Amino acid sequence: MINLKFKLNGEKVSVKTEAGVRLIDLLRNNFGLTGTKEGCGVGECGACTVLMNKKAVNSCLVLAGQLAGASIETIESLAEGEMLHPLQRNFLEHGAVQCGYCTPGMILSAYALLDENPSPDEEEIKEAIAGNLCRCTGYKQIMDSIKATADELNSKNK
Amino acid sequence: MKKNFSVVGRPVIREDGFEKVTGSAKFADDLKIEGMLYTAMLRIPETHAKINSIDFSAIEGSQYLTAICTRNDIAGIKKIGVIKNDQPVFCGDKVVTPGDVIAMLAGESEEELHKLIGKIKVDYTPLPVLTDPLKALDENALLINEEAGTNLIVHHPLRKGDVEKGFAQSDFVIERKYTTQLIEHAYIEPESVTAIPMGVSRGIKIIGSIQNPFTTRRIVAAVLNMPLSKVRIEQSHLGGSFGGKDDTMCMLSARAAVAALKTGRPVKIRYTREDSILESYKRHPYIMNYKAGFSKNGKINAMKIDIIADGGAYVSMSPFVTWRTVVQATGPYLIENVHTDVRAVHTNNPYTGAMRGFGSPQPIFAQESLMDEIASMLNLSPVEIRRINGLKAGDKTATGQTLQNHDVNLLTVLETAVEKSDFTNKWKDNRENKKILFEPDFSNPVLKDNDFIRPEDSIKRGIGLSVSLRGCSLGGEGIDAAAAYLSLQSDGTIYLNCGLAENGQGLKTTFSIIAAEVLGTTAENIYYLELNTGITPDSGPTVASRSTLMGGGAVKNAAEIIKQRLIPLIKSEWKLGDEEEIEFAGNKVSASGKELTTFPGLCRLAYSRGICLAAIGWYKSPDVHWNEENGQGDAYFTYVYGCQVAEVRVNIVTGEIYVDRVTAVHDAGKIINKLGAEGQVYGGVTQGVGYGVFEEVTHENGLIRELNFDTYTIPTSKDIGEIIPVFVEGDDANGAWGAKSLGEPTLELASAAIANAVYNAVGTRLYNLPLNLEEVMLGKKLRPVNNKRGSLA
Repeated sequence: MINLKFKLNGEKVSVKTEAGVRLIDLLRNNFGLTGTKEGCGVGECGACTVLMNKKAVNSCLVLAGQLAGASIETIESLAEGEMLHPLQRNFLEHGAVQCGYCTPGMILSAYALLDENPSPDEEEIKEAIAGNLCRCTGYKQIMDSIKATADELNSKNK
Repeated sequence: MKKNFSVVGRPVIREDGFEKVTGSAKFADDLKIEGMLYTAMLRIPETHAKINSIDFSAIEGSQYLTAICTRNDIAGIKKIGVIKNDQPVFCGDKVVTPGDVIAMLAGESEEELHKLIGKIKVDYTPLPVLTDPLKALDENALLINEEAGTNLIVHHPLRKGDVEKGFAQSDFVIERKYTTQLIEHAYIEPESVTAIPMGVSRGIKIIGSIQNPFTTRRIVAAVLNMPLSKVRIEQSHLGGSFGGKDDTMCMLSARAAVAALKTGRPVKIRYTREDSILESYKRHPYIMNYKAGFSKNGKINAMKIDIIADGGAYVSMSPFVTWRTVVQATGPYLIENVHTDVRAVHTNNPYTGAMRGFGSPQPIFAQESLMDEIASMLNLSPVEIRRINGLKAGDKTATGQTLQNHDVNLLTVLETAVEKSDFTNKWKDNRENKKILFEPDFSNPVLKDNDFIRPEDSIKRGIGLSVSLRGCSLGGEGIDAAAAYLSLQSDGTIYLNCGLAENGQGLKTTFSIIAAEVLGTTAENIYYLELNTGITPDSGPTVASRSTLMGGGAVKNAAEIIKQRLIPLIKSEWKLGDEEEIEFAGNKVSASGKELTTFPGLCRLAYSRGICLAAIGWYKSPDVHWNEENGQGDAYFTYVYGCQVAEVRVNIVTGEIYVDRVTAVHDAGKIINKLGAEGQVYGGVTQGVGYGVFEEVTHENGLIRELNFDTYTIPTSKDIGEIIPVFVEGDDANGAWGAKSLGEPTLELASAAIANAVYNAVGTRLYNLPLNLEEVMLGKKLRPVNNKRGSLA
């Protein structure tokens, strides 16, 4: 067992856990953050994507022992009450959500992309979400949402 | 026909969208109940084996074990099925396919349960394995289901005209063989369900990722030997289904329910991706022999079709899947003489059942490839051959049904797609301009020193199309009706619910739009209730692209019932004459253009006058007729039409196909939910491309090789090019303002369009799906090595 301290959705947290526990299990079981989904458990589908030190990672491939001092953000941290993050709002306005199971991971991959590259082109958007499988949407409306968010944030920052 | 819509056809935000983008939507595995147990399944790594004995002694008394569930714990039926009860909840004396479960352990720690599974001793004797569907009907073939006495699941014959006479009258007769592969639904959410015992008098409650709550209820009730009313099914948010969370979820619900009753505690089953791919049913592989007779002018005179579908070890939906095939196997063409036999057979392979498309993607691949090949022989274009043979209003289909009472828009969708994609020019250019910079010499594949190949040097471009007609809803499969519950509140907000299930496709939004349109309010005003079999009337399964048509019809009916109760109140309240036209629009109620009150104002008034503001709407399909002896009759009460054009690049060195653009033209009738409809097209086409180009579940002696997404690949954002949805909104008297079906038509066309595009690019005709590297380069599959496939094998 280890005593683990890290930052979760902006707050300092500590938890006593086995070092080999997966981050996704910590989030879902210890912190009740069920917005992070498991689709494959082998890092292929991206449904469990969270932000770790601002990078998109598969939380099924991150173990508790790797978390000390890290900053983790999950889908639950994006909206402020009823105020959606522009990515979330654009996902809705562009019809990028169907079953919604891939959506949290998809949004966080997009968030990490825009954080690093505020004006991605189509290929960069495709690349950023290539690790997030979606069986419903064919990705088109998701890519439109990300593009629209980038445009919106850029025009705001001008 | 209402012409001016205020909500219908406009972009509306998803009803369940806020929860889904914020992570607050509860999917089945997100449910946690104090004291709940988890489970682990006992299987053996065999395709076909006799179980001699099971020894649990090593785990009995373990602190981690709460219960062992076997067939002895089942009070009711021990075998279940959506059509035939042939699939054991827990196997007794044998397993017939590797997903079979012998027993289930329940306990507080999933991890410890898995350790216990390894300690159970199962003594079994492997049996010979039947994997070749073509050998399933041999006289000496081993029997998968001995009680049935045959491996034949179903045989659908269709006889129209005189096919031999038709061949004799033809200038040409060709015969071709096509094969399609086994594929996985690959919903991103694996299966999960929780059963909660409610005490002797209240029965059991089941919450899970269940596509068809009413089917699940029927099966769980039969397994528990309980009345239907004591089994309540609630649907969680469902993480994709595509036809795949039916039988499997009935099975898991039954197992969880048995364990819950045995232990008196809530029991959750949650599947890993490996469990899911191993046990869940898949799309039927088909082996299809087509023989066509045609005249020099391109007219098809006769078609003889023989199809074998691999149903795997259980009946599942095979009888209905193959029934759709027999109805649609000749495609949307007027052919006087047709002789079709479709048989589904048992093997020890993974079993197959419902999957989006449901027996249509396979014959469309065959029949649309064949049409192009016939056109090519006659030096006609793909468009010309379809203009000559395509069904028009008043024509008779292969089942002898006259197409009427709706716009028969086959040629309209074809011409629209041809125009939008500039098909004819591109098709000619690709055929004539076959020169590329680097053409490999495969007899001497070693490159010379000066050879430097850029990928674009060995690319050929192609364009191809395919068309279909598709029967809407269940047709001759059975009872076809749906219910909706609508309740106005005194503040003008509305509760809505329907017996059809939200599986991600967006029906909550579509139904909200319909109700809002009738009552002149907005979709945001509608609060959609969760589906619960204890409250909502049974509306049959959520399948066959029937939700918008059937459920939409029921919602419209419910809203109209209420509207008809409000109109007399308005007339008496405002002392209006009978002739005055009452209009509900923009959250207001007006008469002959003059505003009377707001919609909430009217609700308040109606409430205060004691008017019943709740109603159940009902929509029942018109009757259909089917003669099983000769496959003749009015199979479906209406049809939709589609045409997809695929533009591809083929790398002739590697065999890779890149799908650059798909123009998807569909007549789905009136489009209610614009964003949702476009989403159906993008998603369906993408699934169709995966099916066409690379998806395949392979197996060796029935043991699946691809058990997770590392080996079973589905399209990513980088595997699909541009998709252009185009809607042709044909008129139809059925449904809500003529809104019909879209989900499945979008998936069924791409593989054939791609195969035809590859022919346009490289001049090679391909007969076997998927069109992966070896198929393109060699015209055959390299694995599994013992599987002979297709014309060129």
